[in-house]
Parts: sequence; C-alpha cells; structure tokens
Amino acid sequence: MERFSQVEGVAAPMMVANINTDALSPTAAGKSTSVDIGKLLFANSRYHLDGSEIEDFVLNRPPFREAKILVAGENFGCGSSRERAVWALQKFGFRCVIAPSFADIFRDNSYQNGLLPLELPPEACQALADTLTKSNDPIVRVDLEKQEVTGPNGLRFPFGISQERKMALLEGLDEISVLRRMEPDIDAFQARDRIERPWIYERG
Amino acid sequence: MSAPRTVFDKIWDQHVIRTLTDGRTLLHIDRQMIHDGSNRQAFDAMRQMNLKVRNLDLNIAVVDHIVSSLPGRTGESHPPGIERIHALRNNSHEFDMEFYDVNDPRQGIVHVISPETGFTLPGVTFVCGDSHTATNGALGALAWGIGTTEVMYVMATQSLLVRKPQQMRITFDGSMAKGVYAKDLILYLIGRHGVKCATGFAVEYAGQTIRDMPMEARMTVCNMSIEFGARMGLMGVDEATIDYVRGRKFAPKGAMWDRASAQWRELATDADAPFDKEIHIDCADVKPQVSWGNSPQEMMSVDDRIPDPASMRDPERRASAETALKYMDLQPGQPLIGTPIDYAFIGSCTNSRLSDLEVAAAIVKGRRVRPGVQALVVPGSMDVKAAGEAIGLDKVFTDAGFEWRNAGCSMCVTSNGDVVLPGKRSISTTNRNFEHRQGPKSRTHLASPATVAASAIAGAIADVRKLMN
Repeated sequence: MERFSQVEGVAAPMMVANINTDALSPTAAGKSTSVDIGKLLFANSRYHLDGSEIEDFVLNRPPFREAKILVAGENFGCGSSRERAVWALQKFGFRCVIAPSFADIFRDNSYQNGLLPLELPPEACQALADTLTKSNDPIVRVDLEKQEVTGPNGLRFPFGISQERKMALLEGLDEISVLRRMEPDIDAFQARDRIERPWIYERG
Repeated sequence: MSAPRTVFDKIWDQHVIRTLTDGRTLLHIDRQMIHDGSNRQAFDAMRQMNLKVRNLDLNIAVVDHIVSSLPGRTGESHPPGIERIHALRNNSHEFDMEFYDVNDPRQGIVHVISPETGFTLPGVTFVCGDSHTATNGALGALAWGIGTTEVMYVMATQSLLVRKPQQMRITFDGSMAKGVYAKDLILYLIGRHGVKCATGFAVEYAGQTIRDMPMEARMTVCNMSIEFGARMGLMGVDEATIDYVRGRKFAPKGAMWDRASAQWRELATDADAPFDKEIHIDCADVKPQVSWGNSPQEMMSVDDRIPDPASMRDPERRASAETALKYMDLQPGQPLIGTPIDYAFIGSCTNSRLSDLEVAAAIVKGRRVRPGVQALVVPGSMDVKAAGEAIGLDKVFTDAGFEWRNAGCSMCVTSNGDVVLPGKRSISTTNRNFEHRQGPKSRTHLASPATVAASAIAGAIADVRKLMN
C-alpha cells in the first residue's frame, strides 16, 4: 500500500454525522470493474438522476473538487463493510478523513489501504470545518510522524494513533506480510486445535 | 479459582494463536463465508501473490447479493450482476472452494445458510465480508464483518490480527406484548441508545427474554448489532442453542457430537464477569417499532407521532431529523399510521427465516394486499423456501397478492434487480433505512415481518396489533 507520512492539500468540510458506506459508494459502483468508483463517490448527493452535477454539493465546487482531506461528522463510515467505500474516497483523491469518530469496520478497512482515519475531538473538527468554509485557501497539512494537523489561520491540533498503525502507514506495510511471517505459529495452533476441537476441521 | 469470564472472553481465549508486543492478538478464524457482493478483489490479490486457500474446509462461497430473486432465474437474469456472479463462480473453481451457485438447493443469504447448515457452530470464530455477520453470534459464536482485504488474509492464513474490543451487556427482561417481536426489541434498543452506542464494543445480549426466545428470533437480534455500532454481537449457549445445532448437516455427529456439545455448554458468561458497559431493557415497555428517518436510530413506536426536530436537544440529531423528514416527505407531529406505502418487503438476513415467514403468513392469511402495493416475500435460503412450501406458506402469500421469490438479498441491497423506484415508499423487514438504500430516492421504513404484513394489507403503515384479535 501507498506510504503515508505527510499530506498537504485542499480539505473539504462535510460536517454531517453518520455518513454511511452506501453514501460513499452506492450499489451502482459495485457493478463492474470498469466502473470508476471515484466518480460515483457520494453519487446520490453529487448528481441529479439524469447524471448532471448538483451544483451546491461541496465536492462539485472549486477548490473542493481537488480535495485530498475530508473533514466530517461523527461515526463516519457506518453501515456496510464494503471496502469499496475506502477505495472510492482514494480514487477521488482523498488521503485522509478527519472526524470525531469512525465506525469500526470502516476504520480497519481504511488502515488496510493507507487512507488515514484521523480522529479529532468534535469541537476541533467543527472549528476546522468552519475555518475551511470561510477560507480562501482551505489547505490542511497532516503530519503523521509528528501526529499533528495544521489548518488555515494557524489552527493546530495534535492527534493520537496506535503505534502499529502509524508504523504500517509510514512504511506502506501490507499486513499480509506480517501474517505470513507468523505461519509457523498458525501451523502449531492448528495442530493442537485439531486434537482439542476436531469438529472444526472435519465437518459432520 | 480462575477469574470469571464472559462468553466473549472464553471464545476469544480459545482462539489466541499468539499475542504481539504491541497488544494485538493473532486470532484463529474457524469459519469464513464468501459472497458475490464484494470479494472478487480478494481472489485477485491471492492470484497476484500466488497464494492458496489455507483451509478449504473452513471456507464456503455462495451467491446472494447480486443474484436475481425472480422465478426461473439464472445467473444472467440480472444483467449488471453477470460479471460478478461469473467472477465468483470462476474464482471458487480456480481456488477449489466449495461454492453454492444460483440453482443449488443449498443457495441462500450467507447469514441464513451458515446457521441452517451447521457451518456456524457454537464457540467458533466466524468472519464474512458483510457487516451483518454478527447474526451468527446467536449460536454462541464470535462473528464479525470484515473488508475485502481481510477476507483475503483469512483465505490465505485462516487468521487475523485484531485488538480486543471492550465489552457491553444488554439485558432484556420482561415479557413481550402481543404484536412485539425480536425485531422490535433490537430496533427499540437502537432507537433509544443510538447507532454509535456500541462502537468499539462486542455486545452480549442476555436476560430472561433472550433465554425464552427461539433461535431464529435470537439471530434477528444479533443481526442488527452493527446498526447499534457493534461489529460483534453474541449470546451465551443454552439448551435451545444445542437443540438447534443438533442434526444439522455440518454439525458433528455421534461421539464427536457428545464431546463438542459438552464443550459448548461451558459457553455462558460466568456470574460476576465484568463488562465495560451495561444496559437494561424492560421488554414490557416495547411496542411495535417503525423507523421514520434515514438512520436506524430514527425510530418510533408505531402509534406515536412523528417527532419534531425542533424539540431535539442534540444538534446533530436535530440536523439529521430535519434532512430526514424532508427526504422521507413526512410532517412532524403527524401520526405515522396511515402513511400510504408502495412496497412491502419481507426478506433479508434480518428477517427471512421460516419463523419470520410464518408470523407474516398468519397475518395475511385470508386477506388481500391493497391494490397498488408491490409486496414481496423473499425467503432467506432455498431451504427456507422449500420448508415454507411444504407447509403451504407460498400459497398463503400468493393468494393474498404477495410475490413468492427465490432466495437472496433482494430489495435490501438492490444490486440484483429488486428496487424501490424513486420517490416511492417502502416498508421493509431489512436493517437499513439510509437515503437511497433501496434504490435512488427510495423511502424506507424498517419494521418487523408482522408490521410489514399488516401494512401490505392496509396499503399504509399499520399497527399489527389491530389485526391480531
């Protein structure tokens, strides 16, 4: 996966709570490998039924069409487990979502793909979003190494992240390589477990 | 004396392969179900890395999300789904994985066929690339939904790196009133405590009401754990669990059964085991529930009035309610009963088991669906369908004007041809009432099979208790 150390770019404010994975990647985006899922990000709020753009939707307005960072409300990514929701954000160009909280499955899916789910307190998210809405230069910088978010008007927020997730992002490490190194442990576990719980391995 | 443990702790401890210095656990995964909705990239990644499925017997693939429910269907009945159904068929074949295809009698929704075949057993760790996987937790299993990347990890290594969640217990006590079902209990819980109440938690559902509940009803409760914020939701094992599993196709038999079931009987939470959070629900307070908004927490008793956003203190709930009432075309302060509907849907991993269909059939028997309403019954599996036909449910439903379809996710996920048209209103036994969930600009009300059945007859949202004398 792509390494993540520092990202600086336009940040789009979308202070709505409970933005769900159906909104991020509607059913139509799953149809075929040839569909551009980034184009279908937020499709139901971004386009009219005839396919034309809804002008006042934030990601249809400059400069947010080029956004790399999304600032959203609590419980971001709730709903289904579709990893496509993460891929759609990345395809659009997002590298980081800042929100007060994330749904558990979405958070894991984000980490697995190198999209940073960054938690800031609700007041910080709101302050950041308000500033972005008013600013002529809505640029945010996320520094993973320093664990710091810098926004317009000198806004500055530290953030927390577990050390293993931080290391994986900094190194662009896919977890499968970690898991495969542990195969001897898995072998040993299954050998023991086959004796203790044989019905797991031999279906009735 | 060892410390008292929860059922969650007991299952977790048994699956620890090793603990990492950073606090993560490498956990063995006993079972995985693969479906046609979102797993293609997992196979692609396996192929790219030249990996094999580590334990073929611990994985099963099935079509459910994309497959048409139409009578006489084939894998080609819903053209936009053809590519993905082909992909799963070819991938299962290439990787040698057991696969239930479109016309296989074992086909059905992942979370319906897993318990039904005994692929889910008490005490197992169980994953699937679907957020409603906690359904299997009703059997005393630790089951949760994962993304495509993790699906690939499990195929390749039969294990996952995870952090132990916090634990919450919901105790349901008191008896359920007439017209109130398992679905109403879980909707009530979500309505009262919100969609992120259990984020970061594994939830155990306990209490006398759960112990008195048949297994399929327990699955409905566990099914909607994710709408409560929890990836994992489960229940302790009791004699009802053991009786349910006994004799199922993949359940252990003979001496192996005796050994396994003896182990399973230990899978209950010890007295004094600690929880990080506890909630009590008195089920006598619960009335039939119907959602009014676009989040599963936007829930009301069927005979209440639609809430007024102006009266909501939480600014996020208020903002959400204002948007939802506009989207749903509803007025605050008005009754929900009597709101005309265009669709009535009985199905999905939440409510498509035989007992769900029996409840609905008892309501519609001898009555007629209101003209203008499209009413669908989509059994959760071909096995449920056959069992329903054996006791004449198909006839009850079709005589009343319902369509009787083939198994699949159907109108819950709308990637299979079954959709609610723009601006139309549906009452549905599914689990999500998000904007556009049942089709672009669709309006969804979540409810129990009984409430959906009663509403189909009335042609409008109805109080099922009025039909039950």
